[in-house]
Amino acid sequence: MTYLAKPRLHHPDLPKNKLGYTHRDYEGTVSTLCAGCGHDSISGAIIQAFFELDVPPHRVAKLSGIGCSSKTPTYFLGNSHGFNSVHGRMPSVLTGANLANRDLIYFGVSGDGDSASIGLGQFAHLMRRGVNMVYIVENNGVYGLTKGQFSATADKGSKAKRGAVNNDEPIDMVMLALQLGASFVARSFSGDKEQLVPLIRAAIAHHGAAFIDVISPCVAFNNHPGSTKSYDFVREHNEAVNRLDFMPAKTEITTEYAPGTLQEVVQHDGSVLRLRKLHEDYDASDKAGAMNYLLQRQAAGEIVTGLLYLRPDADDLHRLLNTVDVPLNQLSEKELIPGAAALEKFNASLR
Amino acid sequence: MKQTVAPIERVNDFVVKFANVNGSGSASANLLFAKSILRMGIPVAPRNIFPSNIQGLPTWFEVRVNENGWRGRRGGVDLMVAMNPQTWEQDVKEIEPGGYLFYDSTKPLPAAKFRDDITIIGMPLTGICNREYTDARQRQLFKNIIYVGALSALLEIEPEAIAELIGELYKGKEALLKPNVQAMRMGRTYAQNELDWPLGIRVKRANAVGEKIFIEGNSAAALGCVYGGATVAAWYPITPSSSLAEAFARHCRRFRTDPATGKARYAIVQAEDELASIGIVIGATWNGARAFTCTSGPGISLMQEFIGLAYFAEIPAVLFDIQRGSPSTGMPTRTQQADLLSCAYASHGDTKHVLIFPQDPKEAFEFAALSFDLADRLQTPIFVMMDLDIGMQDWLCEPLAWDDSRKLDRGKVMSYEDLEAGKDFGRYLDVDGDGIAYRTYPGTHPNRGSYFTRGSTKDRYARYTEDGATYVDNMQRLQRKFETAKQYLPTPVRKDAAQKTRCGAIYFGSTAPAMEEALAALAGQGIHLDTLRIRAFPFHDEIADFIADHEQVYVVEQNRDAQMRMLLVNELAVDAAKLIPVLHYDGTPITARFILREVGEKLAMFNVTPLRKVAP
Ligand SMILES: Cc1ncc(C[n+]2csc(CCOP(=O)(O)OP(=O)(O)O)c2C)c(N)n1
Ligand code: SF4
Ligand SMILES: [Mg+2]
Repeated sequence: MTYLAKPRLHHPDLPKNKLGYTHRDYEGTVSTLCAGCGHDSISGAIIQAFFELDVPPHRVAKLSGIGCSSKTPTYFLGNSHGFNSVHGRMPSVLTGANLANRDLIYFGVSGDGDSASIGLGQFAHLMRRGVNMVYIVENNGVYGLTKGQFSATADKGSKAKRGAVNNDEPIDMVMLALQLGASFVARSFSGDKEQLVPLIRAAIAHHGAAFIDVISPCVAFNNHPGSTKSYDFVREHNEAVNRLDFMPAKTEITTEYAPGTLQEVVQHDGSVLRLRKLHEDYDASDKAGAMNYLLQRQAAGEIVTGLLYLRPDADDLHRLLNTVDVPLNQLSEKELIPGAAALEKFNASLR
Repeated sequence: MKQTVAPIERVNDFVVKFANVNGSGSASANLLFAKSILRMGIPVAPRNIFPSNIQGLPTWFEVRVNENGWRGRRGGVDLMVAMNPQTWEQDVKEIEPGGYLFYDSTKPLPAAKFRDDITIIGMPLTGICNREYTDARQRQLFKNIIYVGALSALLEIEPEAIAELIGELYKGKEALLKPNVQAMRMGRTYAQNELDWPLGIRVKRANAVGEKIFIEGNSAAALGCVYGGATVAAWYPITPSSSLAEAFARHCRRFRTDPATGKARYAIVQAEDELASIGIVIGATWNGARAFTCTSGPGISLMQEFIGLAYFAEIPAVLFDIQRGSPSTGMPTRTQQADLLSCAYASHGDTKHVLIFPQDPKEAFEFAALSFDLADRLQTPIFVMMDLDIGMQDWLCEPLAWDDSRKLDRGKVMSYEDLEAGKDFGRYLDVDGDGIAYRTYPGTHPNRGSYFTRGSTKDRYARYTEDGATYVDNMQRLQRKFETAKQYLPTPVRKDAAQKTRCGAIYFGSTAPAMEEALAALAGQGIHLDTLRIRAFPFHDEIADFIADHEQVYVVEQNRDAQMRMLLVNELAVDAAKLIPVLHYDGTPITARFILREVGEKLAMFNVTPLRKVAP
């Protein structure tokens, strides 16, 4: 497969965002994934979220591991630098990139094989460190790119295309992210853009480690009866705990809601998240409660989606390391090199 | 017991070895001993020989005192300070005939425990401590200082030098300062009153240290990272490299704290493993920072996949390999030069990497600073090949120097202005013919200069492709770049003997001091050898020339498989039969004695007789 450039002819009537960019400015090259692959819908949602948030594309760094899912950064934000790293190790590359320049938006895209199998360790430590980023796992329960072997998120008892049954316990990335300290944790479905786009927008605005597990059916290898990651299965078992309206900082809030059904959270940058509760007893600020709820509903066979946990005042790695405000990659000789006189003093202390 | 061999008589030229138990607090006392001699203007080369353990196992500290300044390990022991009953037999055996044994005579030992060709000096250290101190820990700690005091009398070390050092060590901690000085004096007085002093081996104030500094290679390398502009470090603890990362943190706190805000102009991450360490480095350098990791052989093994990515996607990275006894966990606290091949050809597929070989802490500082320029200039991983001997031992070196007019070489980077001016940007486009393409940092320009980095094949404009010809084009450019590297790398150091000779020797890294000493000894015997110290891979043409200039070339290295020789044979069109391996790999640093014996034997086989007299 070689590279297919998208024609960059802009229709004069295309709507523009505040920066004067159209939707097309947030696209990448033409996808080479299978027609109907959930991952492509997620790319669409990402494009829309960045467009709506008025983010200059070049201020985003997109990083991924290896897999069909990890290929997708080529298909959005064509004016951003991208890094398709090695299988399961994107978290460390993203961490390093983030340390070098705290001013960009770091957007990591991974697969369930990439993050839950080979890369579970790096995933865990990335979340622990509170790296300021968005991390999306495009979760299809299989290794798409190597042709359909079970991944570590495949549910116990689910069936492969040729009938093999998965005997191993699944890893729930959401539970892991919660336990490991991610400060924004959500689950969504590639087939539900209404839910997904605001979640991505909110995750981008979130200052801290934001994680979204997006169930994303693999039409080639895991969309059959017996699979728990097929379009049909997910549609039937999807239980959204809330719906999210995302208001960027300084937007006037006009809509009225019935009291008690709304949870409003102000994020670090002033943006407001309004959670319209679909399950009255669900509180997205209560981590232990969230974990408990997830365990119970999962046992009942539901796929719980929505914004599951949010800590708006989260710390991030830079704050914890107390790094200077200027990005490290912009420091010059003057700030970096102590010079000959300092070295002479150092020498003197070693005699 | 009547002594059968005359006691060794030597001033400012002997080896003292301390046999201790790990965790007994002996390390600082022993270092005090070494430094006090240094303060008298006499060069010392100390070596800590320690187990992979925190407490209870044997540990040794060897101090070579040598007015000529030979910094290599000599081999053999003139005075053994035997404080560890566990290793008694082995320690006593190691003493040179005519040498000295200093031991704790509190409990009498049978005559069979001693030798009749050495001088035996017993001092009831435990008894003295039990009498003077009540606290068990104090008894242990002061015992060390007391023996240093006794040695000061036996070897004629100036007590003022020791007191001065104790003063510096416990500055502002009077409560510790006084009792330490007292303990030292107590030991000294005891020795003066009860023992025969001075010994045949002793020190005499000299003027052979001058401006030289006393520093560990890891600390020097870490400081080189500060001067080289590194802002991101990621590491996973492994002996003998951990102290490099720790020293970097220390130096950064001192030199890289923003005076106005107290904030850090650096970021250090202790990663979850070596895969993450190198991943963090690659992410940081991709994004325009200077970054490094430090590790040892096992870590290099774990980093293989990422190293291939960095090579192929052309991402700068600096890796310090502080080599230790391998394979596997081999001899984790001993020294070797055995990662040459695993670094030179690290990763799957056709890969080759730049290696640089500092010979001592001073070069470790210089090469560390240089490595970041090299990484940015060449856009590839740079391996700084150190070892435990350089990294973790204190070496006497020339003072570190810096030229304030020096600028960081950030290599080929297109700026916003370049892009705005319409310069053609192809991430893998060889515009200058040197194999090195321009890169951009993420976030530079709204709609020019972005590209996708990947380990898969791409064309000159970084577009994904599976086209064979494009792949070959790219691989050939990488080969060209590897050639280009030579012009930026430290050149080999050739030293021709006083007289023309058919034989040469090649060496590198921490072998240098032993080699220099061996060479001087050979010259003294009228045997001449030209030498070449390799400082970088890929090899400069001078190396092939050197081999061509000689009939026989000894390749002296500290590993079993003659890895440098393999590299030479593999990379240069040279006659392999000419290259004679001289290999030392028992985990101890190579000695001049070893080189003399090995090279001497081989020279004899080659029928080289000292034809000429030593040059006057
Ligand atoms: C070290 C290594 N091992 C194996 C592979 C082969 N491989 C490529 S993609 C992949 C699985 C990807 O699965 P996932 O992350 O779930 O992505 P998907 O294709 O399902 O989107 C594997 C095993 C590799 N690229 N690298
Ligand atoms: S194999 Fe599956 S995951 Fe990969 S592109 Fe096709 S549908 Fe998507
Ligand atoms: Mg998958």
